[in-house]
Formats: sequence, structure tokens, C-alpha cells
Amino acid sequence: MSNLSHQLPAPFEHAPLALVPRAIPWGAAALLIVAFAGVPWLAGDYWLNAILIPFLVLSLAGLGLNLLTGYAGQTSVGSAGFMAVGAFATYAFLLRVPVLPLPVALLAGGAVAAAVGFVFGIPSNRIKGFYLMATTLAAQFFLEWVFTKFPWFYNHASSGTIAAPRLALFGHDISGPVGRYLLTLSVVTLLTWVARNLVGSRLGRNWMAIRDMDTAAAVIGIDVDHHKRLAFAVSSFYLGIAGALWAFAYLGTASASSFDINRSFQILFIIIIGGMGSVAGNFIGAAFISLLPIFLSQAGQALLGGNVDPGQIQNLQKIIFGALIITFLVKEPEGLVRLLAGLRERLAVWPLRF
Amino acid sequence: MNFFLETLFGGLLAGTMYSLVAIGFVLIYKASGVFNFAQGAMLLFAALTCVSLQEAGLPFAAAVAASVVVMGLLALAIERAVLRPLVARSQITLFMATLGLSFIIEGLAQGLMGAEVRALDLGIDDVPVFVGDVMLSQFDLFAAATAAVLVLVLALLFNKTRVGVSLRAVADDTRAALSIGINLNRIWQIVWAVAGVVGLVAGLLWGARQGVQFSLSLVVLKALPVLIIGGFTSIGGAIVGGLIVGAAENLAEVYVGPLVGGGITSWFAYFLALAFLYVRPAGLFGERAIERV
Repeated sequence: MSNLSHQLPAPFEHAPLALVPRAIPWGAAALLIVAFAGVPWLAGDYWLNAILIPFLVLSLAGLGLNLLTGYAGQTSVGSAGFMAVGAFATYAFLLRVPVLPLPVALLAGGAVAAAVGFVFGIPSNRIKGFYLMATTLAAQFFLEWVFTKFPWFYNHASSGTIAAPRLALFGHDISGPVGRYLLTLSVVTLLTWVARNLVGSRLGRNWMAIRDMDTAAAVIGIDVDHHKRLAFAVSSFYLGIAGALWAFAYLGTASASSFDINRSFQILFIIIIGGMGSVAGNFIGAAFISLLPIFLSQAGQALLGGNVDPGQIQNLQKIIFGALIITFLVKEPEGLVRLLAGLRERLAVWPLRF
Repeated sequence: MNFFLETLFGGLLAGTMYSLVAIGFVLIYKASGVFNFAQGAMLLFAALTCVSLQEAGLPFAAAVAASVVVMGLLALAIERAVLRPLVARSQITLFMATLGLSFIIEGLAQGLMGAEVRALDLGIDDVPVFVGDVMLSQFDLFAAATAAVLVLVLALLFNKTRVGVSLRAVADDTRAALSIGINLNRIWQIVWAVAGVVGLVAGLLWGARQGVQFSLSLVVLKALPVLIIGGFTSIGGAIVGGLIVGAAENLAEVYVGPLVGGGITSWFAYFLALAFLYVRPAGLFGERAIERV
């Protein structure tokens, strides 16, 4: 017997780990080169300030919510509350610990948001679905109240607003449009890369198992409660950093009302329209959400002339926006990202159908 | 002691107003499984329609009747354009569709009938009445009575009419209801129309209180904790939930508020709901979901 076992090949100590090497994403690399090297020279201040920076920040916020809702399956309508935590915490770090460099303050702000998100994620062990969604409203309204009620958070300013004390990196002032754009772009690129790897990792796959059916996930040995809380924490980390960028890179000055319930809905729409459970979808959704109002008001001006009531344009915008959401849900429930993928498949075999 | 009782009863009466909004939710959720975020927008739309018609010269009763018809037509349109194409989709998809719907209805309401605050006079003055030593608001009493009548009418509708029995059948088991020949689309139309009428009543009462304006559609956010406490599927729960939220909110604002700086009504109800949920994850009267793998 022992003779025989010598002749058998030794069993693997570990599973063979020679994975197929990932193809280099040339498209994404080219896009990044253009975004880092080309855009700052080509785009004017208006484009950087009013379109590109908010687009990038909203994409990041969408990514944060998508980790929680699209991957872990926990619907939240408190995103803006966690963004506010990130913004106010970063402000506090920059103001009260002046030695901290900007990236560290951002990270610390994100960490505080993650801690708050973790706490508000605790009820998710017993509360599910719509009931949980309604409890995230508790986070939204409570956090908004905290940042209005206690002057310590906005340094006792009479206006109740916060402004970044300084935006500098390694001694360089980055408070100009190009500087703020590059700061936002770097943060978003880095965090997107992390998120992409995160959702493919064991953690991300566990989240998706919980999203698809948490009872089944528990049966196969996933610690459901822990992973849900973790999803809240990671999502809030992303939202917190997005909130800090929203306040300091985009708005300049912010108050609790910059992070009201409508912002939460806006971020929810980004992931619905872009695509739940997709990283690229957040960017497409955010582009859609931030460009549509600009397009509609331009179109309104062009079609109806300058003498039209801006209030009516806003009402029309609302109607078109709502109709688009319903159309998307009916026609393409997986969002714009799926629509684009379908288009690409069709183009690849054009003019044939298959 | 009197002050405590006044606070308590004031809260309870205000709570019936929350219940009115929550009942509209429960009706729709029971019959179609849709968590209707647009209930607030429907409330605004109904109240605005009624006020606009009244301003156009119609007597109050005629304006109300016309608004009922308008809400019925709105329900037909919603069933046709939103519910039917989305049949058998997940609940979260339907919820998001109602978010879109609320944008459309709000845009329509303000686009067609203006965004300024309208005063609405129901002929009931907000004057204090004394019951024993306890001071109550006459308007609150009127609102509570209206809510009671509305619930009675709904109970009769559900229990004594053929339509009501079909509604309950659909709520109980949609497939079984379909298989015995109940027209699901028709039931949805009726339920949404009834919810619209409930919205009209709630909208008129809220509107008389704080003016008919955009913030009416935010009442929906106040109704959520009520629903959580009562459970999404129980009209009785919506009433009890409303009373609990109203009373607790009033008591907390008076007795706890000063300790933390006041203004806690914006979030207190949610924490109350959270506490209830932690003990009973499907609300006080909600049905417990049984999951199978």
C-alpha cells in the first residue's frame, strides 16, 4: 500500500493559481491619458468647474452607493447624509489638525464616514428590504440635523457653511480649476481601481451572493450580518470622500443643505440609469444626470426663445426626467451600461443581425 | 398633568393626519405590491386640482367631485403607462418607477396650476376647544373625525361590495385571484383611484393646515415611519402607527427636545420606527415573510 502511494503524484498543496492574465484595458488607459494630459489644456474653466468636476464627484458617489445597493443589495436613501459626514469630517481635520496633508485629511474624512456608515448599517442584520430603506432615511435626517444644530461642526460660522481652509498638495496651490480637476480625477481614478478589484474579490462575491438571496448566502456559510455592515462602511467611505470633494473641489463652500434628501435621490437615479452592479455604469449615469439638465435648459432656450419662465422649464425638466426614468425601467432595467454593451455587440457584426 | 394630556392628545390628533397619508400607501401596497412613493405627489396634485377649480368659480362640493374624477383618470393613466409594462418586475423596480412618477406628477401639478402657496378654507377654524380642562384644536378634532369616517367607508367598501372582495382576493393571492377570473388591471385601476381619493382627503386637510403648496408632497416622508411601525399591509396598522408617531413626536419635542437643542421632529419618528423594527422586523401588524432557499 505504502509502495503505491509513492508512485502517485504528490497532491497540490495549493490549488494551481496560474490564472489567465487580464487583458490590458487599452481603452481605459487611453481615456485616462486624455483625461489627465489632454483635458486640462483643452477644456476651459467653465467646462472644468461646471461640468467635469461635478460629473466626476457624482460618479464617485454613485460608485459608493452602487457598492451597497448594486452589489450588496441593500437599498439606501441616506447617501447624502454620509456625504455630509465626509465633508464635515474632512473640514474638521483640515481646520483643527493643520499639519495633515490634504490626501490624509480626505482619507480620514472617509474613515469617519465609514464608521458612521457602519453604525447605521447595524440594523441591517434584522431589517430588510423597504423597511431597511426607510431606516436609512433616519440616517439622512439625523445627520442633516446634527450638521445644522451643532455649530462646532462648521466652526461657529454665522452662515452655517464650511469652506476649505486650504487646498494644497506638496506645497503647490491647487485651488484653481485645473488643480481641483486633477485632484478630483486622481482620487476618482484611484478609488475606481480599488472598487473594481474589490467587487471581483472574495468580499465582492460574498456581497453579490447576499444581494441575490441572503438566506441562501447564509446557508453556504457567508457571515451575512458582518458583510452587510461592511458594505455600509465601504460604501460610506466612498460617499464620504465624494462628499468632501463635492464641498471643497466643486462647491467651494457647503452647508448641511448641500446634502439634503434630493441629493440622495439624485445618486440613486445615477445608479438606476447607469446600471446597478456595474462600475462603469456610475460614470455613464452621472454623465447623463449632470448633462441632461444643462441640455434641457439649453434646448428650452433655443426652442422657446429667451422669454420663457424658468420655473416652467424646471417643471418640464422634472416631467421629462421622470418619464425617462420610467422608460429606462421598462425598456432597459439594467441601465445605460447594458444598452451600450448591446449596441457594441450589434456594431461588431453589422450589417448582419447575428 | 393637564399640559401632558394636552400634548398627548394634540399629538394623537395630529397623528390621524399622518394615518390618512399612510392609508393611501397601504391600499396600493396590499393590492399591487407597489411601494408607492408618488403618494405624496398625488396628494399635492389632488389638493391643487381642487383649489384651482374652486378658484375658477366652482362651488366646493363640485370642485371636490371634479377632483375625484381627475384622480380616477390619473389612476387609469398610471395603470396603463407604468404598472402594466412593469408587471411581474421586482418590487424595487416598481418603487423606483414610482419615484419617476412622483417627478412627473409634481411637474404636471406645478406646471399646470402654478407653484405659489394657495390658501384653502374648509370652513373649520383652528380654534381651541375645551374638553374638561384639556385644550384641543377644533381643526384637529375635525380631521380625526374625517379620518374615522374615511376608514369606516373603506371598511364597508372592502367587506360589503363585490369589488372589495375582489380587492382582498388580489391582495391575498394574486395568482389565485387571476385564475378565478378577476381582472387584475381593473383592480389596480380601482385601487389607485381609491388611493387618489384618500390622497385628496388628506391633501385637503393638510392643505387647509399649511396652505396648498409643494411641501405637501413631502408629507410622504412623514408617512414612512408610520408605515414602518404599523406594517405595510395593514390599514389598522396605519392608524395605530399614525397615532403612535403623532403622540410620541409631540411628547418628545416637548420633553426631550429642549435637552438636545430642539427641532428633533425631523428625525425622531425614524428612530422610533427603527426601535420598533428592531423588535418586530415587519412592523406591528405586518405579515412576516417566510423565506425558502
